[in-house]
Amino acid sequence: MTDFAQLVVAKYNYWIYITLMMIGLYAIISKNNLVKKILGMNIFQTAIILFYVSIGAKKGATIPILEHGHGPAHGAGSHVVHAADYMNPLPHVLMLTAIVVGVATLGVALALALKVYRHYHTLEEDEILAQIRKK
Amino acid sequence: MKFLGLVIAFITGVFLVYAAVDFPDWADPESPASTHVSPHFIEKTMEETSVPNIVTAVLADYRTFDTMFEATVIFSAAVVCFFVLRTFLKKEEREERLYRHVLTGVTIRVKEGGRIPPSDDFERIDDSWIPHDLIIKTICRLMVPFIQIFALYVVAHGHHSPGGGFQGGVILGASVIVLAMSHDLRTTLQRMREKVVGILCAVGVLLYAGTGALCLLLGMNFLDYSALAPILGVGPVTARSHGILIVEIGVAIAVMTAMVWIYNNVSSRGNYNEGL
Repeated sequence: MTDFAQLVVAKYNYWIYITLMMIGLYAIISKNNLVKKILGMNIFQTAIILFYVSIGAKKGATIPILEHGHGPAHGAGSHVVHAADYMNPLPHVLMLTAIVVGVATLGVALALALKVYRHYHTLEEDEILAQIRKK
Repeated sequence: MKFLGLVIAFITGVFLVYAAVDFPDWADPESPASTHVSPHFIEKTMEETSVPNIVTAVLADYRTFDTMFEATVIFSAAVVCFFVLRTFLKKEEREERLYRHVLTGVTIRVKEGGRIPPSDDFERIDDSWIPHDLIIKTICRLMVPFIQIFALYVVAHGHHSPGGGFQGGVILGASVIVLAMSHDLRTTLQRMREKVVGILCAVGVLLYAGTGALCLLLGMNFLDYSALAPILGVGPVTARSHGILIVEIGVAIAVMTAMVWIYNNVSSRGNYNEGL
């Protein structure tokens, strides 16, 4: 039992990301309203961002910005840098761009939803399908 | 459908949990993600690029191709919003215009060819006019310059503190969007015309790609900023630092205008009237 509890606590970031991701997936599959589907897609994306950022964490490490970078006493490059002292910068870089791209794709999704609304006067999926079948 | 969705989400979740059991523990310094290429980034960034913020260095130097195409993606998204939504009214459809006299609240209808008296007290309005609150208008107007100064700081100080082109660009775009939300879209468009937004968005991406092409012309690899050393008059390592700043500025311009462009189109449904 203690093994199980240890497992749950040691990997708790994965449980959070899986929960969030499944909430997003459920919204994408089951929701009838297009805007709710788009929101589900965004929750899904947030889960992936959380996953990546949590991978970058290291125990006892600080943010990936070098101390004494251009310090006058040390001089550039003379300060020895240990990889264990700084978090992994790579997931931060990937997610930094992913967040902004996520906003841009959200804009495109909303634009398409607006276009659909202008054409069918509804955002409910079943009503749109009924209108398409009628034609 | 709802039940099916629940079942699918549950089964996928179970598989993901099953896979996650084998993942490294949270904050494990020996995890595979932290052992292969990331120690090189952390230990060599200072001597190779002279940028203390490793995230900025990786973003704009080691993984610069990735970032360039991310900027292109944002540009494409903004252009897609424009093409999907933007509608141009024909001339006969906008014969009549409504103007509101701000001081008295009187609305006048101007027919085709008519003109309003030359005065600053008139504002153009739509058929349905929603008043904007004076307190919100004033406070947002006062806040905008400070937001923009902070955004410029975030862009320029991205080498030494958390920040950079993407973050600063989004804050800059937010300052313009705050103005558009507290006033109306026309006020913003008077300060930042649609053409300016579109051209700047392309200029931002062009600045990034152009820096790469310049490196190519100077005989090095695409986006290898050390080629800029003779132009900037510094050593090759410092040239990398300066090159990063140049492309970050390009990213900031592209991101700012893309956010504003998307907001303009989506909030006004492409007709660029009053907006939200």
